[in-house]
Amino acid sequence: MIARPGSAVWFAAHEWRLARRDWLAMITAGRPERLRRAVFAIAIFVIFLHVVAYWTVGRYAAAGPDQPTLAAVTATMLLSWFLMISQAMESTTRAFYSRSDLDLILASPAAVARLFAVRIATVALSVAMMALPLGAPFIDMLIVLGGWRWAGAYGVVAAMAAAATALAVGLTVALFRVIGAKRTRFVAQVVAAVIGAAFVIGLQVAAILSYGTVSRLSVVQSRSALALAPDAASIVWWPARAALGDATALVGVLGLSLVLLGAVIAMVASRFGEYAVTAASAGASKVQARPTGGFRPTSPRRALRRKEWALLRRDPWLVSQTAMQMLYLIPPALLLWRSFTASDGAYQLLVPVLVMAAGQLAGGLAWLAISGEDAPDLVAAAPVPPRYIVQAKIEAVVGVIAVVFAPLVAVLAVASPWHALVSFAGIALAAAAATAIQLWFRSQAKRSQFRRRQVSSRLATFAEAFSSIGWAATATVAAASVVLAVAPASLALLVVAGAWFMSPRSAPRAA
Amino acid sequence: MQHFAPPLALEIHALTKRFDRPAVDGLNLTVRCGEFYALLGPNGAGKTTTLRMIAGLLRPDAGSIRVAGVDALADPVAAKQVMAWISDEPMIYDKLTPLEYLEFIAGLWRVEPAQARSRAQELLDWLDLLPHAHERCEGFSKGMRQKVALAGALVHDPRLIILDEPLTGLDAGSARQVKSVLRERVGAGGTVIMTTHILEVAERMADRIGVIAHGRLIAEGTLDELRRKAGTDAAGGVGTGNDASLEDTFLALVAAPAEAA
Repeated sequence: MIARPGSAVWFAAHEWRLARRDWLAMITAGRPERLRRAVFAIAIFVIFLHVVAYWTVGRYAAAGPDQPTLAAVTATMLLSWFLMISQAMESTTRAFYSRSDLDLILASPAAVARLFAVRIATVALSVAMMALPLGAPFIDMLIVLGGWRWAGAYGVVAAMAAAATALAVGLTVALFRVIGAKRTRFVAQVVAAVIGAAFVIGLQVAAILSYGTVSRLSVVQSRSALALAPDAASIVWWPARAALGDATALVGVLGLSLVLLGAVIAMVASRFGEYAVTAASAGASKVQARPTGGFRPTSPRRALRRKEWALLRRDPWLVSQTAMQMLYLIPPALLLWRSFTASDGAYQLLVPVLVMAAGQLAGGLAWLAISGEDAPDLVAAAPVPPRYIVQAKIEAVVGVIAVVFAPLVAVLAVASPWHALVSFAGIALAAAAATAIQLWFRSQAKRSQFRRRQVSSRLATFAEAFSSIGWAATATVAAASVVLAVAPASLALLVVAGAWFMSPRSAPRAA
Repeated sequence: MQHFAPPLALEIHALTKRFDRPAVDGLNLTVRCGEFYALLGPNGAGKTTTLRMIAGLLRPDAGSIRVAGVDALADPVAAKQVMAWISDEPMIYDKLTPLEYLEFIAGLWRVEPAQARSRAQELLDWLDLLPHAHERCEGFSKGMRQKVALAGALVHDPRLIILDEPLTGLDAGSARQVKSVLRERVGAGGTVIMTTHILEVAERMADRIGVIAHGRLIAEGTLDELRRKAGTDAAGGVGTGNDASLEDTFLALVAAPAEAA
């Protein structure tokens, strides 16, 4: 059946075709011949996740709706829900500001409200689809071990996605009206990222302040928290009850979420086009920079470093994306503050967090400096040997890492010089390895494509993550015994060497 | 009588670059100092590949390139020092102001700060960018961006300017400013090599025109020389001898190798 052009079904078919092709391009990295291999890899990964799920949630399969279980399930669901809101806000902001086909659609005589209604529904669907690959194996295992009652959890995921999208669209539109189109893009994306991280960090902070650990569920399962929580029959637990197989709760939660999403679509879809036009108009505003004191004596390397720092400093969106990883440093920093006079145990916990964060931050910055060069021909056409250009960009990355981590290491040095020394070495190694990996896998891209960097080279992304984990493990073990640290250090080196071996380093470079 | 040969700004010999097919195929080309040279050719003829190899952005498979007497393949840094490269897509940074952009380029080309500052002011004034000197480039139109890129190319006072379709997408006012700046450079002894699809620009501005097709130079000379070579009037009957426009001449020239192929 072919839908009538301009109808909601016709728009939905159009969106579905675009989404399917985008997804295929993403998993095959734009090479259709890789599809079979990608599907095989995904299948292996799904099986692996099912095995992990079996060991992780198998023992909860027989759990009933008692208060501690409901509290733990609710906290886990809230964690996922906050991430869903974050993702939905990100998608909604993109729908406002990304031009792609909006000009074509807005210039057409089609009823754009229908298209935007479909687009908002697509956001909800994509949020649910993103959650399912990670959630489904756990739900499947609970169904296998605990019976069909657990199938209600799939309904809860759909309800959570619908409610998260409704809230995200409402929040973005509210921001649009309150602070205007110009600021909304940045603020919405920062809010999205903070929401995504806030609940995890909040739980960790609460756990540290009350119990001195970073375990996320220690607070919600504590006796004092449970004493304050409503009793098991309360409506507050309906989502958790629905996940545990209560059909009435499931119908209630799912129905309420869909009504909420429908109401938001009805209120916003007709004005979405207007918002998009306003957002486009906001993009052309002038930004005055503080005049510098004039041309300073400089060398090409220094000019390159200054340029990298200026570009980074002036792009709040990029800073927010890069610095989000730094949010996760708040709990360990708090732990450091709390344990300033305490035993070595707390410092032992800090070392891997610092090393891991340094590796991840260096990877992001190195991508921006090395691959995300907006004027590659200009730099390549300059009378500067290519190795100096690379060196200057690495120096720019190292400079930022030093500025971010030096104060933390300095404070740690006052409390525990040994842990500070180990952290320093770990940070240096993790940052160097992440930068080297980005250098070996460098490719030409725009800085605005920062969010898609993981897609362009998944190998580099995995290598960077495993290398950071390896160096974090090395530093942790080294803090206790340098000799024993040889084993994790060897593994980390193996990851880095493997990345070098698999990198396209032999590809032709500019002369 | 002793003949005085003008120094050469660019010498290319047997330049070859192959991707999945030959993009540049044994190209020979010389451009004299103080000359405005237009390189024409149909899409995919090898113009941009040639210019990118001269600018040091692509390494040729074979052949040689000498820029102002410097072997650009053996000593690319020395060759780049006297060159500037501008593409149709302005290479600027959205988050920098024009003045900061020029300071950055002056740093890359090691221009003495005082000299760079006065030259930057002069260029920004000349290109009507002075009122925008402290605005970030992100809000600039295509024409303004191209003018910033042009100022960047000139701030280090290059002897050879290579431009790939510099007038694409510019309005009449901006295009005129860019053309006048380029003519002024040539008048001051600089050399300009430019590709363009706007044949009228080549006809009016270029001292010599090279026509490239299938990676080879198929004709070269002044407009009159090209007309004679093309035999435009006789060959296709599309022109009127000496009155044939460059468009007629160009189409006749590029049609010949295509027919031969």
